[in-house]
Amino acid sequence: MSGSERSSAGIPLPGADASADGDSAGNARDSVFAAVGWALARDIRVALRSKGELGVQLLFYVIVVSLFPLATSPSREVLATIGPGVLWTAALLASLLSLSRLFASDFHDGTLEQIALSPRPLMALVSGKIAAHWLTAGLPVALMAPLLGVQYALDAPVLGTLMVSLVLGTPILSLLGAVGAALTLGARGGGSLLALLVLPLYAPVLIFGAGAVDAARAGVSAMPQLSLLGAGLLLALVAVPFAVTAALRIALD
Amino acid sequence: MTSCADGVDAQGLAARRGYATLFANLRFAASAGCALTVTGPNGSGKTTLLRIVAGLTAPVEGEIRWQGHPMRPFDLRMRGSVAFNGHLPALKDELSAEENLRAWIALDDRSPVDDAVGEALDAVALARQRRLPIRVLSQGQRRRIALARLRLVRRPLWVLDEPLTALDAEGVDALGALLDAHLAGGGVCIAASHQALPIARERVRSLALSAP
Repeated sequence: MSGSERSSAGIPLPGADASADGDSAGNARDSVFAAVGWALARDIRVALRSKGELGVQLLFYVIVVSLFPLATSPSREVLATIGPGVLWTAALLASLLSLSRLFASDFHDGTLEQIALSPRPLMALVSGKIAAHWLTAGLPVALMAPLLGVQYALDAPVLGTLMVSLVLGTPILSLLGAVGAALTLGARGGGSLLALLVLPLYAPVLIFGAGAVDAARAGVSAMPQLSLLGAGLLLALVAVPFAVTAALRIALD
Repeated sequence: MTSCADGVDAQGLAARRGYATLFANLRFAASAGCALTVTGPNGSGKTTLLRIVAGLTAPVEGEIRWQGHPMRPFDLRMRGSVAFNGHLPALKDELSAEENLRAWIALDDRSPVDDAVGEALDAVALARQRRLPIRVLSQGQRRRIALARLRLVRRPLWVLDEPLTALDAEGVDALGALLDAHLAGGGVCIAASHQALPIARERVRSLALSAP
């Protein structure tokens, strides 16, 4: 009965059963990948249509990073000392800036309800959305950072480490941020609440990320910090989709 | 026992919003080919009831069955069977009507049949606007696109919240045609509405909620 492809009303139930019974693991896996791809493609397409928002976030990063040399001193030693911290802190803030749109717009236009009611696994759809957020928010910052690092008198190997640390660290920011965004969904003043909730969680990422760049600057290996960032990323990849899915269902109730 | 093994069957349903009990010990059934309209004053719990039927919210008490199986919120069987059309049209402002509808079909794991999207838009008289971004369309036009989605995302149970809102006479006719086809195919529809649904009266049952 449960495996029937048709309801008694004679209307086919597309895709409902493949993942329901787990009788064919291949189908279920395909369904998960298709769901990730669906959410990813949709969110990236929407993001590309509203280029203004993407630009604002990247410009925000450029401006914040460029303000510090103006406010402190032009001395190369001072700039090289504060550089890694500034570049990383600004990346945290830039990631935060775009977090509010991760689930809020879908929540307000009803898309989230429909996604939660679709036969696809919500966890896979959520993972796709988070991946899209990183590609449109985290990755551009990571790619831009070495260029801005030149202002801080950091040399090429240090800039390389900076980029690697951001490529490993910004997905963690998107993942942790997604938990905060899902939890504050529908709450009044969600935006500022989100910052209070998420920024402390970002602290370990900041410590290891900026630490890796500092180590490279001091001429020691940055591998310990980078490994820890990688481990953190794997941990977040496994744990976060569960938490976000649960939080979204609570928000919809 | 009611004979609603092929439809929706609710027993002893109760819902609360905050501290206020909206309804309690509510029972109703809707079998294949039937529409159930939920009526009642504002704040009597129509939307809450529909969200319970759609599987978005859990009832405080009672049980709801779909084709004889008890349902819990976000139940996978329910998710594959229900089409929920709420107050929000679930359309992305940045995308066109066509892109929005194509995305919803793709989510259901089906490649869109040749021009199913075009036909569905034609059925709600929006074929000319198919490439316009949703941003520039009116409320009524958005509602019509949401109706076109019902036709494309084929589900046996339709849950419609105020489907007549913002629709003009032509739109109401389109909704009537959609509902007729759906019910004739053995589908079930539960709708909250202040006006009579534009379908034959003998197909419609009514459930009146009283003010809490």
